[in-house]
Amino acid sequence: MGMTMTQKILAAAAGLSEVKAGQLIEAKLDLVLGNDITSPVAIHEMDKFTTDEVFHKDKIALVMDHFVPNKDIKSAQHCKCVREFACKHDITNFFDVGEMGIEHALLPEKGLTVAGDVIIGADSHTCTYGALGAFSTGVGSTDMAAGMATGKAWFKVPSAIKFNLVGKPSKWVSGKDVILHIIGMIGVDGALYKSMEFVGEGIKNLSMDDRFTIANMAIEAGGKNGIFPVDELAESYMKEHSARSYKIYQADEDAEYDEEYTIDLSSLKPTVAFPHLPENTKTVDQAGEVKIDQVVIGSCTNGHLDDLRIAAEVLKDKKVAKGIRCIVIPATQQIYLQAMEEGLLKIFIESGAIVSTPTCGPCLGGYMGILAEGERCISTTNRNFVGRMGHVESEIYLASPAVAAASAITGKISAPEE
Amino acid sequence: MKASGTVFKYGDNVDTDVIIPARYLNSSDPKELATHCMEDIDKEFVNQVKPGDLIVADKNFGCGSSREHAPIAIKAAGVSCVIAETFARIFYRNAINIGLPIIECPEAAKGIAQGDEVEVDFDSGVITNKTKGTKFQGQAFPEFMQKIIKSEGLINYINQKQ
Repeated sequence: MGMTMTQKILAAAAGLSEVKAGQLIEAKLDLVLGNDITSPVAIHEMDKFTTDEVFHKDKIALVMDHFVPNKDIKSAQHCKCVREFACKHDITNFFDVGEMGIEHALLPEKGLTVAGDVIIGADSHTCTYGALGAFSTGVGSTDMAAGMATGKAWFKVPSAIKFNLVGKPSKWVSGKDVILHIIGMIGVDGALYKSMEFVGEGIKNLSMDDRFTIANMAIEAGGKNGIFPVDELAESYMKEHSARSYKIYQADEDAEYDEEYTIDLSSLKPTVAFPHLPENTKTVDQAGEVKIDQVVIGSCTNGHLDDLRIAAEVLKDKKVAKGIRCIVIPATQQIYLQAMEEGLLKIFIESGAIVSTPTCGPCLGGYMGILAEGERCISTTNRNFVGRMGHVESEIYLASPAVAAASAITGKISAPEE
Repeated sequence: MKASGTVFKYGDNVDTDVIIPARYLNSSDPKELATHCMEDIDKEFVNQVKPGDLIVADKNFGCGSSREHAPIAIKAAGVSCVIAETFARIFYRNAINIGLPIIECPEAAKGIAQGDEVEVDFDSGVITNKTKGTKFQGQAFPEFMQKIIKSEGLINYINQKQ
């Protein structure tokens, strides 16, 4: 019986010629990731080990991104703890303020994630790197600690769902709309414990940033990972950003899938997930009259350069509606710089939006845009759970950067073409 | 080994943001996290929970963020076991890794209500609803995971292997 793309990567990392869905394996890790929230717990767990060494100082990435620049004293203590750990172990890839970005945008940009890698990260959106043909998945802090100490992790080999993407999306349809459509279709546990393998000729019509967004939200369908085949675009991205060699794996033709779906990208419309689950989707033309108080454009899901470009295209020579707070957060320093050079930041500021340094901040209700009781936010982030961005009586609507920017101008959920 | 206590019952898709809101993630102290456990879904939970009590929920318990703070907060609040129709996968891993017993059992999730007195036998996987006089067979852990739980977490398990 054939193997899926994910199964092939895991078999190789476990030193096995074949693996089957459900099999428990121990795999070698190419990268172990943590952030300022999850790493302190992992570092505390590390103290229990009989060994004090990390497995490889180049294969650990510690990114201070959730509550930095430090939002309060406790956050500062956490970052200090991680900084001291990174210093003690001479961790090569420690990214502090000045070098940091939102981890899942930063690591591919720094060339630390390439095709064929097995990556665990103590952050649920670690599944992002599947866009480059890597197996990557989110874990907790204890797994992170064990990974840092041993360079290995146990996995249950997942079965898979195949998503055959065909056709070309229209101008205002992005990777965000594709993944929101899919989550709306299969539900927030539709891919529980499974791989989401994206295939088909339609992939050539998706930019790398679109693919990062799609793989990023595999977890919002419960998926273990999301993964794309490696094409010329992915190869050129890796060659541009990384000096590391990569290995391309392809699913066998006779690989088994639990389910298969075909999605015609040309038929999709801009999509919005209503409170309080990412599966509560409606196309924007069916959204009705939903007035908003705040707009957030950023996050590991949609803080890429493509995202800022399309938001700027919508906001150019327009004004953010009176009474609306529009917060734009480039995901990395490099994206911030590029957005500045392209004049995007000027467009945002002239429209009445604000631009922040990279941070996860508002996405998880940390800081930089907390909602009051009864307030509504349209956001390009990834979760709209109860209280995620502030008060338990506030509401989050998930959408693409184009829809979020259009909504900032009108003050209500709006299609970009309006 | 057995767990026994009163049940706190919840529905589908209880996410890690309501189990422990991110506004408290500037702390990693289990005791402090426990004082905010379930705050955004059930304000009374922390006032009412007693050591040994159980959480029972429907599908996809623990979805969302990878924060290990979620099972840590539940364990530190005194909860002895979480039973659900299904668990989100990262929460499932994290719970085992920190030694919080969890059992998938759709029948038990349906047959247990808020306030019921429930006993769980970890060796047999049998769940007894003492209030209603019913029994359910829960899914036993694979041997690999049992070893991690018996070692009281992944780190001790690795230490023992070395």
